[in-house]
Amino acid sequence: MKIVVLIKQTPDTAELPKVAAEEVKSGTIKATMVINPWDEFAAEEAIQLAERFNGDAIALSVGAPGAVDALKHAVAMGVGSAALVDNASLRDGDIWATAALLAAAVKAQGAVDLVLTGKQSVDDNSGTVFVGVAGKLHWPLLTNVIKVREIADGVVTVERLVEGGQETVSAPLPAVISVAKEINEPRYPSFMGIRKANKASIPTLSAGDLGVVTPANKTQWTNIRKPEVRRTQVNIIGGATVQEKAAKLVDALLAEKVI
Amino acid sequence: MSNLPDPHASLRRHVHNLCAQFPNTYWQQIDAENAYPEAFVQAMTDAGYLAALIPEAYGGGESTLTEASVILEEINHSGGNAAVCHAQMYIMGTLLRHGSPEQKAHYLPSIAAGKLRLQAFGVTEPDAGSDTTRIRTSAVRQGDHYLINGQKIWTSRVAHSDLMLLLARTTPLEQVEKRTHGLSIFLIDLRATVGNGVTIQPIPTMINHHTAQVFFDNVQVPIENRIGEEGQGFRYLLESLNAERILIAAECIGDGRWFIERAVNYANERIVFDRPIGQNQGIQFPLARAHVNLRAADLMRHQAATLFEQQQPCGAEANMAKLLAADAAWEAANVALQTFGGFGFAREYDIERKFRETRLYQVAPISTNLILSHIAQHELGLPRSY
Ligand SMILES: Cc1cc2nc3c(=O)[nH]c(=O)nc-3n(C[C@H](O)[C@H](O)[C@H](O)COP(=O)(O)OP(=O)(O)OC[C@H]3O[C@@H](n4cnc5c(N)ncnc54)[C@H](O)[C@@H]3O)c2cc1C
Ligand SMILES: Cc1cc2nc3c(=O)[nH]c(=O)nc-3n(C[C@H](O)[C@H](O)[C@H](O)COP(=O)(O)OP(=O)(O)OC[C@H]3O[C@@H](n4cnc5c(N)ncnc54)[C@H](O)[C@@H]3O)c2cc1C
Repeated sequence: MKIVVLIKQTPDTAELPKVAAEEVKSGTIKATMVINPWDEFAAEEAIQLAERFNGDAIALSVGAPGAVDALKHAVAMGVGSAALVDNASLRDGDIWATAALLAAAVKAQGAVDLVLTGKQSVDDNSGTVFVGVAGKLHWPLLTNVIKVREIADGVVTVERLVEGGQETVSAPLPAVISVAKEINEPRYPSFMGIRKANKASIPTLSAGDLGVVTPANKTQWTNIRKPEVRRTQVNIIGGATVQEKAAKLVDALLAEKVI
Repeated sequence: MSNLPDPHASLRRHVHNLCAQFPNTYWQQIDAENAYPEAFVQAMTDAGYLAALIPEAYGGGESTLTEASVILEEINHSGGNAAVCHAQMYIMGTLLRHGSPEQKAHYLPSIAAGKLRLQAFGVTEPDAGSDTTRIRTSAVRQGDHYLINGQKIWTSRVAHSDLMLLLARTTPLEQVEKRTHGLSIFLIDLRATVGNGVTIQPIPTMINHHTAQVFFDNVQVPIENRIGEEGQGFRYLLESLNAERILIAAECIGDGRWFIERAVNYANERIVFDRPIGQNQGIQFPLARAHVNLRAADLMRHQAATLFEQQQPCGAEANMAKLLAADAAWEAANVALQTFGGFGFAREYDIERKFRETRLYQVAPISTNLILSHIAQHELGLPRSY
């Protein structure tokens, strides 16, 4: 069984607020770059499934040369191998074009059974790249997965979180799965893993190597700016009794049209 | 720390991420309760960091000394204290270099896996102090075993170890040609001997260091637990010290970085007299000087480590690195405490805790004066002073 996990390199969440709009525009972000935290859950699941079903896990990323560090993180965790797809032909991180490159890279791995991804990236937060990948590959897509119950006879059965509950669904393989954080507890890479990752050779593939032409952007970034800082006001409601405080609170909420 | 590309950046980040699970409040509580940070040590063990220096053949990470030093540096840089577990990394070095193939095959895989803790080394004795050759703990050969009697002091982590190394006299001082002769190293199985001749008595100290007096009363140790040749223990001990000095230097560098980063942040944020205190040269200059000294010490630490890795003589550099780094860390600690004003004394800021912890490096594992006398005699060719 062959499992591909899609990895994105993103700014360290703690440093995200410091990233300037200009940096995003130019593509040279000064923050510390790390593996997208949501993708750690996908990498962990890929490692566990590879162990459970005696398969191979492969990490793929579309990114700049530095993104190889995010792939090394996945390898350090225990993903068997990795490849980087050079994003030089991509403009403005277009989702559809990214998905097209990723789908081509998945196909280049041969007979892949499963593609795992995180639920979104902490920088763009679109949560749609896996939709594009599944669409391009014409494979079924299972989102918000919190447990892979079984893989047998060419069918994967999973539990997924849905509004107000959970559901168990099956899909024929090959399939694309995006995982939710409830699925597992990503491991910290071991020292041996880190050493292995540092020594691993991670090839870089271009769109040309994959035999595809990067599609034209479906979206254009005309302007990028930070949201206005929200001004909040704290108002502590006093009163002699709990009843009085509650009544005042209700009045205030009604006045603000909150309720 | 420099602007040159850091080949260990990813290792630093991974250690940092793991340490981030154990925030300052964790260390504060452990310190207040004089407890052993079992969860932290277990996490470091599980991630294989403490097995870094053990060869792959025994299940370890087969790291360079520099990599191992980066691990310890980052623990201290995170606000933690590597002393709780550093010895598991390097005490096995004596076993690795001088143990028999049987001893190595028997112990090293379990040490690498973290199933056995070998993180105590009993050298110092109350009446010998820095003058190690005057230790009195004796090991007398009786058939297939040795009978051990005596007392060690300051044996750290002994209550949290399964095994300990022990330096003991196998030939009395009066009967040896040179004072450094007649000492031997033993591997003591504490699981079998504590309560059976070995008694551990914790020493309350100004830092939470889990250090103790250890008493040996007719303890039988099988011959196969002697490491290397009888009488060669002092030489084996010296051979293990360069690595230890370099690793300790790295811990000091980690402390220094922590102090300076914390103090700089505070100096930028704390407003007194209508401006950040860091705008005053009285605050800036001591911080800048501490940073300069720390950077310089770090260079010596890396040079010592590089020489060690190339199997070149590095005694002088290892000792100088330890001295410079311990001094730089202590200077940074003092500057940080001053910068924090009254708040530095409050437990919740951690400055006072790290201040206490980093002070130890002036005394242990080797006292600064002993380094200076070593340099004076062996590097400068001055007469032996002790
Ligand atoms: C918290 C802690 C943990 C320790 N852990 C361990 C451990 O795990 N295993 C172990 O074996 N030991 C351990 N030690 C012991 C440590 O190595 C010794 O404390 C250190 O070597 C100094 O020995 P001493 O305390 O007997 O001081 P002394 O030797 O009595 O020295 C006292 C002072 O005199 C100075 N001095 C001594 N001789 C000279 C000289 N010739 N010239 C100039 N100055 C001199 C010293 O520099 C020092 O300042 C630990 C100590 C502490 C405090
Ligand atoms: C144990 C303890 C007991 C105390 N007891 C009392 C008490 O009983 N009553 C009481 O009122 N107070 C007490 N204090 C408070 C003590 O007087 C203050 O801590 C001290 O005055 C420093 O103020 P600060 O801590 O706010 O430091 P800050 O004023 O924030 O100063 C921080 C650092 O910046 C430096 N700095 C500030 N401004 C400048 C400048 N312009 N140029 C150069 N350097 C500057 C300071 O020298 C210091 O190193 C106590 C403090 C402690 C720790």
